[in-house]
Amino acid sequence: MLYFRYTRNVPHIAAHLSGSMLQIRDLAKRFGGNRAVDGVSFDVHKGAIAGLIGPNGAGKTTLFNCVAGLYRPDAGTITLDGNRIDGKRTSLVHAAGLARTFQIPRPFPAMSVLENVLVGVPGQSGERFWANWFAPTRVAADEAKARETARAWIDFVGLGALEQAPARVLSGGQRKLLELARAMVADPRLVLLDEPAAGVNPALLEKIIDRIAEINRRGTSFLIVEHNMDMVMRLCHPIAVMAQGKLIAFGDADSVRRNPTVVEAYLGGAVA
Amino acid sequence: MILQIIADGLIVGSTIALGAIGLTMTYSLLRFANFAHGEFIAWGAYLALTFLGFFIALGGGGAMAPLGPFSFGWQLLAALVAGAIATAILALVLDWLLFDRLSAQGSAIVLTIASFGAALALRNFLQFVYGTLPAYYTRELQIAIHIVPRDVGGGLRATPDQLFVLALALVLVVGLHLFLQRTTAGRAMRAVAHNPALARVTGIDVASVVRWTWILGAILAAVAGTFAGLVGQLRPQIGFDLLLPLFAAAILGGIGSVPGAVIGGLIVGLAESAAVPLIGAEYRAAAAFGVLIAILLVRPQGLFAERAK
Ligand SMILES: Nc1ncnc2c1ncn2[C@@H]1O[C@H](COP(=O)(O)OP(=O)(O)OP(=O)(O)O)[C@@H](O)[C@H]1O
Ligand SMILES: [Mg+2]
Repeated sequence: MLYFRYTRNVPHIAAHLSGSMLQIRDLAKRFGGNRAVDGVSFDVHKGAIAGLIGPNGAGKTTLFNCVAGLYRPDAGTITLDGNRIDGKRTSLVHAAGLARTFQIPRPFPAMSVLENVLVGVPGQSGERFWANWFAPTRVAADEAKARETARAWIDFVGLGALEQAPARVLSGGQRKLLELARAMVADPRLVLLDEPAAGVNPALLEKIIDRIAEINRRGTSFLIVEHNMDMVMRLCHPIAVMAQGKLIAFGDADSVRRNPTVVEAYLGGAVA
Repeated sequence: MILQIIADGLIVGSTIALGAIGLTMTYSLLRFANFAHGEFIAWGAYLALTFLGFFIALGGGGAMAPLGPFSFGWQLLAALVAGAIATAILALVLDWLLFDRLSAQGSAIVLTIASFGAALALRNFLQFVYGTLPAYYTRELQIAIHIVPRDVGGGLRATPDQLFVLALALVLVVGLHLFLQRTTAGRAMRAVAHNPALARVTGIDVASVVRWTWILGAILAAVAGTFAGLVGQLRPQIGFDLLLPLFAAAILGGIGSVPGAVIGGLIVGLAESAAVPLIGAEYRAAAAFGVLIAILLVRPQGLFAERAK
């Protein structure tokens, strides 16, 4: 089960690793008596592709949900580029520059691929009530611009031919790509990806990895939860490891791989 | 005979459809059955009556000069618009006072019961303000015109007012459909209806979408109420009486589906008008109930189930 392979190195851009994009401090979230996230602290630096790994039920998705504003943390603080976002509404967190994808892709099934991506475009005046009446030209201009941006990202992830198809016809891997496009269309500063490789065929996975690296080169930071160690080791630096709600290791691929606590956690033992 | 039944059914059905659209939209966005929706219909009808008096006085008083073949003048059209706007404001106030606060902590059942209470309060207040006697927008008597002669399918007669109601209902339904499919706000509404949590994560301002829903639902309800008053009479129970047909239509169409609510409304209207010669006029209201029971037994998700499970 536990195999770390180092197949190919994606060059990292250490040059603009400066300052914190995401700062998590003493984050805690309980479900009843279950401490899903239990006092976790770490940083994602600007321009990084950070990884978050850990066995099933470690609390990774729960941490994402706290950061994205879906859950209100019980304790701790979350700071995005200097601004507190913990406990803020999801739409505000989104507006502050954070986009996410889901572990199980969740498109709007009846909507077309284009429409699915369009809903992710932020600051559309047409979504506000009064603007439709008092600024119709602005609404029309915003909509045209949103379409252009959405199409560009749909092409970028290679779904151009399926633009008008309803999202329900997409395959699992295509849904992952759709989510990536929907997250990226917001021009986020930080993207949280929850298992982008799960259920994706190897060829498509190579493409997703390529895309992530390329988007990152344009300046977007990532935090990626992933069970595919190959992908994590190639793409992510640094790597945070969680088990039973706690952060048990944090560092580059080599140090994490050699960390006995990590190996122990993966092999099914309790946290040392 | 048969053509007449169909025509009557479509006219009643178009009113039910307009009301059911609002009901299905609030249900799919806010996840509760809003029993107060019927009172938006009643209040819309009566507010239009008040505005009608105002516009007639504005035009110098006296009788309203009818427009062409219709029984009403421009004043009623102006009153329709003003009544719809006032009803939208009423819905927003109710949301702000009640539903918005309760939905922050409450469950669907709490909201449903609250809407029941709101319905009672609104109806009693309506009776207090307007009294319980039937009222009319116009005393003008309308002669039904022959559209199809008697020897074809039993003939078909309708008043110009009825045709106006049918045509305007069609325009509103098509307009709403285009709004939902073509505009940014419509897209946001569909997204929230499908999956509110996901819509939030993609940055949609759900509060604003909810406001849109109340406004559109209340406008359509007010128009439905005014239509009911125009082709029949105004009574304080007008909304309450329509509640069962509205729910039957919304559930028949599939909760959350706007086209479903329209089709459902027309089917319930047809069932009601077919019930008159079949089982007698006094059991007309039972037809909607029969339709509702039948769907719940046969296809509880409705004809056009929209929401992802
Ligand atoms: N909404 C919820 N209600 C109750 N318990 C929850 C909820 N979400 C997660 N949990 C619990 O919190 C713990 C952490 O779950 P989480 O989904 O965050 O794990 P994960 O690290 O993402 O696991 P996986 O790798 O399997 O996706 C688990 O014990 C889970 O049962
Ligand atoms: Mg998970």
